[in-house]
Amino acid sequence: MGVMPFTSVDDVRTRLAEVGYLASDAVATTVFLASELGKPLLVEGPAGVGKTELSRAVAEACGASLVRLQCYEGVDEARALYEWNHAKQLLRITSGREESWNEARDDIFSEEFLLERPLLTAIRNEQPTVLLIDETDKADVEIEGLLLEVLGDFQITIPELGTITATRRPFVVLTSNATRELSEALRRRCLFLHLGFPDAELEERIVRLRVPAIDETLANSIVRVITALRAMPLRKAPSVAETLDWARTLVALGASTLDSTVIEDSLGVILKHQDDISRARTKLDLDEVLGAR
Amino acid sequence: MTLTAASLPERLVAFVDALRAKGIPAGTSETVDAAAVAEVLGMDDRVLLREGLAAALVRRGGQRDVFDQAFDVFFPAAVGTPQAARDDQADEPLDAEELRERLAAALAEADTRALEEMAQLAVDQLGRIGPDGQGGWSAYQTLAYLRPQTTLARAMALRGGGGGGGEGAEAQGGAQEFTDRLERDEVRRLIEQFTHMVEAEARRRAAETNGAAAVVRNAVRPSGEQAEFLSASRQQLEQMRTAVRPLARKLATRLSAKRRRRRRGRIDIRRTLRRSMSTGGVPMHPVYAKPRPTRPDLVLLCDVSGSVSGFSNFTMLLVQALSGQFSSVRVFAFVNAMDDVTEIVRGADGDLASRISHEARVSKWHGSSDYGEALGDFVADHLQAIGHRTSVLVLGDARTNNQDPNLGALHLIAQRSRRTFWLNPEREERWGTGDSVAFEYAEIVEMHECCTVEQLSHFITRLLPV
Repeated sequence: MGVMPFTSVDDVRTRLAEVGYLASDAVATTVFLASELGKPLLVEGPAGVGKTELSRAVAEACGASLVRLQCYEGVDEARALYEWNHAKQLLRITSGREESWNEARDDIFSEEFLLERPLLTAIRNEQPTVLLIDETDKADVEIEGLLLEVLGDFQITIPELGTITATRRPFVVLTSNATRELSEALRRRCLFLHLGFPDAELEERIVRLRVPAIDETLANSIVRVITALRAMPLRKAPSVAETLDWARTLVALGASTLDSTVIEDSLGVILKHQDDISRARTKLDLDEVLGAR
Repeated sequence: MTLTAASLPERLVAFVDALRAKGIPAGTSETVDAAAVAEVLGMDDRVLLREGLAAALVRRGGQRDVFDQAFDVFFPAAVGTPQAARDDQADEPLDAEELRERLAAALAEADTRALEEMAQLAVDQLGRIGPDGQGGWSAYQTLAYLRPQTTLARAMALRGGGGGGGEGAEAQGGAQEFTDRLERDEVRRLIEQFTHMVEAEARRRAAETNGAAAVVRNAVRPSGEQAEFLSASRQQLEQMRTAVRPLARKLATRLSAKRRRRRRGRIDIRRTLRRSMSTGGVPMHPVYAKPRPTRPDLVLLCDVSGSVSGFSNFTMLLVQALSGQFSSVRVFAFVNAMDDVTEIVRGADGDLASRISHEARVSKWHGSSDYGEALGDFVADHLQAIGHRTSVLVLGDARTNNQDPNLGALHLIAQRSRRTFWLNPEREERWGTGDSVAFEYAEIVEMHECCTVEQLSHFITRLLPV
């Protein structure tokens, strides 16, 4: 019995598709394995290919709640695990002047004064949970050490309260943009999924699912242009998010087919650097075609 | 699938062994994971098994390519002569021309299944070395006979002829015209895909005669990060070049993190003691040293002669992309004369080597590299580029073609600079052989072996002073 109620790889695929996430073979297989083996899933890949979206989809597909820990430089235990509510503790101490030290001490370190942070929330939750640790590579190396305990044994030790062990393992997804190498120790506790750009056929299905108003031929041409752009040496290759933005833009502009003028006008939606735009224009011979008209 | 359950553990262990030999550091726990994966997924669906094992064994994006190649060898889709080839054997064997005809048709249809069959067929017909493939199977030979690039025009014609069945075929004028221009690239990518299929098929057939482990050892290309600069193929160098920017971004974060760590928490002893006077000599308030945000200058001296130009070009592009991390970067290139190429490198994308050889004066009256002459030039003309804050990197294999190494000039450079490093793209065991004077130079400056992108990024983050 896995962490999530998936029965087979195909089951994962259909459930995810129902909530609007079209999974490739790699994604469906790895999600199924992560659920069956109870291991965290480390997802790496360029920005905008749906790393964060994946965990949202898994949560929605299984009716689980999504707990998210956004990592950033300097995120610490107090932000990730738990914190004592100092202000409330002080109030409690000042309001009960007559009681003895022992009473006060036992009382202020109780549940009531504990502020749960994402990791603790996910571990204590008795309902199915998807824990998303987003952009793990942005956090400092020290936090990885903390994650090792949490992800290895699914338990957290709070000195005043004792060790809290998960009654129900959360489904853990870690994402990373690979700006920093994650430590080997963390990597080997996880299943690894490299989420690249989808192949043309899948991407076209994604476009048509997410932008239902789009024309079939237009969707096809969009994906072909995007594929051609990705083959160029650009500073930032357009990812799925940009493809969808572009599709929506073109629908909003009322374009039914893709011609050079339309592309020329909307190139800024898919390419975010001036160098890239000018390079794409030369490579796609936009100027030449426009000049001919 | 011809695997029996009993042979699975052995096969998995052999597979992991082969991966390790190719630089994927899978440990015992990964092997156990892989076995668990195989148990959960079963052996029925090869596609799922591939993805599942990859999830357990691969730890980085760049390793996937190596994994896939090894997977095809250890877990082949079929055994022996493929069905497609057997069907054809009834007729007389096809020659290259007919194969090309069918390949063009498959390319026009963009049908990957047909391409796969074509690859099997082509290797079966053309890739045989010795009678019955006893000498092995060669992808190189297959491709040399078949020359799939020559089918490009034919496939384009078939597509344009309306039989192609591209979904966009019915679109009106504008769109048609525009997407037509993408078609050439699409077919080209398919041909490349076909080439990889042929290579995979040849490896599979060879594995049956020579054993899987041997094939993985010899025929699987190392991943981009581990490919050696000196022996990398043109394609690998291309891959490396597209990886420059992401790599630079990664290295930049590491360098700035290192710089921040440096800055925090250095206690200024003198001022701490001075302040402790007021508390009776007890240092109650430590005083931290003020951060001095100095960024080092960097001067690169690059050998751009043919033998090492791949390495030099990569490093120049990388350092240029990292230039935000240094207060200034100057790049000098030489074969046997030194010239300042900072401007060329700054504006460069694409083929750096040809621009340098056209626009800069890097050689005198002959074309072979001469370190002594070039270093002498540098000392004579450009020595003012080096100050006490400068780190100098010399890139080259230290092969002087038996000319005078001019150790004095290098010594002068090393003395004037803050640090001087020599990055040598040759393996350390080959230093000092033939006309290499690596060890002589290594006595004067620190020399590091720098064969792969991995080693280069290691050097930049660990050793380069920031």
